[in-house]
Amino acid sequence: MSEIAYTRAVPVTSEPPLVRYLAIGVALVFVALFLFAPLVTVFAEALKQGWLASIDTLRLPDAQAAIRMTLTIAAIAVPINAAFGIAAAWAITKFDFPAKSFVMTLIDLPFSVSPVVAGLMLVLLFGANSTLGGWLIANDMPIVFAFPGIVLATLFVTFPFVAREIIPVMIEQGRAEEEAALTLGASGWRIFFIVTLPNIRWALLYGILLCNARAMGEFGAVAVVSGKIRGQTATMPTMVEMFYNEYLSVAAFTLAAVLAMLALLTLLLKSLLEWRHADVLAATRRH
Amino acid sequence: MNIEIEELAKEFGQTRALYPVSLSMPSGALVALLGPSGSGKTTLLRILGGLEFPTSGRVLFSGEDATGLSVQERRAGFVFQSYALFKHMTVFENIAYGLRARKRRERPTEAEIGRRVNKLLDLIQLPDIGPRYTSQLSGGQRQRVALARALAIEPRILLLDEPFGALDAKVRKELRQGLREIHDRTGLTTVFVTHDQEEAMELADLVVVMSMGRIEQVGKPAEIRAKPASDFVRDFTAA
Ligand SMILES: Nc1ncnc2c1ncn2[C@@H]1O[C@H](COP(=O)(O)OP(=O)(O)OP(=O)(O)O)[C@@H](O)[C@H]1O
Ligand SMILES: [Mg+2]
Repeated sequence: MSEIAYTRAVPVTSEPPLVRYLAIGVALVFVALFLFAPLVTVFAEALKQGWLASIDTLRLPDAQAAIRMTLTIAAIAVPINAAFGIAAAWAITKFDFPAKSFVMTLIDLPFSVSPVVAGLMLVLLFGANSTLGGWLIANDMPIVFAFPGIVLATLFVTFPFVAREIIPVMIEQGRAEEEAALTLGASGWRIFFIVTLPNIRWALLYGILLCNARAMGEFGAVAVVSGKIRGQTATMPTMVEMFYNEYLSVAAFTLAAVLAMLALLTLLLKSLLEWRHADVLAATRRH
Repeated sequence: MNIEIEELAKEFGQTRALYPVSLSMPSGALVALLGPSGSGKTTLLRILGGLEFPTSGRVLFSGEDATGLSVQERRAGFVFQSYALFKHMTVFENIAYGLRARKRRERPTEAEIGRRVNKLLDLIQLPDIGPRYTSQLSGGQRQRVALARALAIEPRILLLDEPFGALDAKVRKELRQGLREIHDRTGLTTVFVTHDQEEAMELADLVVVMSMGRIEQVGKPAEIRAKPASDFVRDFTAA
């Protein structure tokens, strides 16, 4: 009898085989149906008339302008929100101040407000009908239907990602390591770069990737604020919609496929980093 | 370096963690802050280390007012209850941290840092663990690494918060001896927190018995045993 107990190969936390296969099966079917199939469809539609046709549509000036626009927006919005996110998380987790829970709620605001509403808020605030907007336009600094508006809309919509990812990690870490660094004579900056930042780097990276994905993919807020002017304010998602509405299905799906590939690229980047630093990750996670 | 505490008090909002307490610790002494949970031991230790500032009162290091000194200026080696080792660094990097954090003028060369870290690893009798990550160490090893890291900055005093709190009885006894030896070799004025009366009595030159934010008695272990100042002290130090 005792041999059975010793030779059990399956961990004690495991479920009976039937339950296990059922659970795995359901998960796989779900992933295949709702995540993988749409992705494949996009690529299939894009290549419906062959590689050359697809690549030709990417040569369209409107498509190229949209790609440039989206990459520029992400390149501006992501670093800014990473910096703001770190600052907000730092303030919330390391200090006690009266309006703390209010600030926490405020950080989540962009998640609860519909992107379209966010876009409308910017139009109301900076559009031609408001005093501020009128003044800005008179002084040749238009925000709505122009580049700055798209940046603002993207910043608003993607603000919570970084902060949301790192706040729980920072709370869990507490202040002990930072206090230890203080007693060892380290300056504030040194503590931040050599203790705080390495401790949150994976959460930060994940937050940045999510932020980037959303910055490139945002449709609602940007559609309202940008006015979708071809070649000027159209981003990739809004351009996809316009192509699609004009029955340019290959162009629409090719651009959509490029967008999807950019997203896949960021995921690949993350996996690559995790794989390269697997030893450090394993070492720092056990505790 | 002797430490003097004058009428030190600390409040956290409405909670009184320390009533005005006064105390004098002679240079080179190994001092135990002994008391039950919530008696203010950690608070007192953190004030000594500059991690907390008192509501009133003064701290004197060698007769000089150190109350307003920042943590960095105090140069107090601090060993945290949970050790607070840097998880993403190796043992070597942990111990070298304080030396590398120095201003360029005062920073030793990398070769010198390596020499000093290895010397400290010898001192804690773990000469070969430099390249390991701290998660790959046992609790007792972590505790000793934390001690080495605190000693690396050549501190003026050494402060330890429940240094053996998280360890089993056997390791505790061994490390107790280790701390005594390191204390005797460095000659540093050392203050450690414990709620284990046996540990305090066996290890310390001077025991400070605390209860509910007040100091009940200060004395050599034998004195406290022989003449407890109050019923609380008698009960708490009864083996
Ligand atoms: N940061 C803080 N904010 C509010 N109250 C605190 C804080 N730190 C300590 N206190 C309170 O001060 C009192 C003394 O706490 P302290 O940590 O000094 O006790 P201790 O003797 O170290 O206890 P233990 O043996 O449990 O560690 C406790 O009542 C505690 O709740
Ligand atoms: Mg304590």
